[in-house]
Amino acid sequence: MADGVKPRVKVPKSAAAGETITIKTLISHTMESGQRKDGDGNVIPRSIINRFVVDFNGQNVIDVTLEPAISTNPYFQFDAVVPEAGEFTFTWYDDDGSVYTDSKSISVS
Amino acid sequence: MELTRRQMLVTTSAALASVAGLPAFASATDDMIAALTGGAALGEGAITLDTPEIAENGNTVPVSVSAPGAKSITLYADGNPVPSVATFNFGPLNPTKSASTRIRLARTQNVVAVAQMEDGSWQMAKAEVKVTIGGCGG
Repeated sequence: MADGVKPRVKVPKSAAAGETITIKTLISHTMESGQRKDGDGNVIPRSIINRFVVDFNGQNVIDVTLEPAISTNPYFQFDAVVPEAGEFTFTWYDDDGSVYTDSKSISVS
Repeated sequence: MELTRRQMLVTTSAALASVAGLPAFASATDDMIAALTGGAALGEGAITLDTPEIAENGNTVPVSVSAPGAKSITLYADGNPVPSVATFNFGPLNPTKSASTRIRLARTQNVVAVAQMEDGSWQMAKAEVKVTIGGCGG
């Protein structure tokens, strides 16, 4: 699952120092569960994103372990506190070893 | 009463189904929770688990969970072929300890959230979701 993977992240452009913001992320991925069978009755091998990590200036916000029960195109919404201006980094780890990253900077007003 | 072959088949298969069916899944979830907590007692009340009462499509069921003061939250679906769903580990910059995602449910079942609090104790919450069309293929 190397092609067609596109991360989308929604972070406010600015926030007050110490403010709690809500982040929404979505990444396009089939999340093949390893339970389905193709037309010939063969099991389609598992191929999912197994880990998702969000950091802000090197400090961890959330670290999610994903199992095959997460839906296609994994979506996450969570809160983060913004102590200073900086950059959020988002990292998704695929079963096949691929790593998808995205980052969003935020300014403090 | 005369026991015919047909009646015999019906009663044995029903008995087998009740033994091998539902409890097998439920106990798999209980075993996984016990392995996670190390058999510690599970409190209730600290977790808010928000699920729809009826999910029309089991392929994508929105689930929100929040537990103020939690270190991590693990979700299970006790009727899925593999009960684990996800584990959220919260970092220092996460103030509300809440997360939302979308999960697959194979059929009508309970979604279970188990949280480890910062003091090391464990909390649990459970919600039943009725699934009209199951996910997980098959």
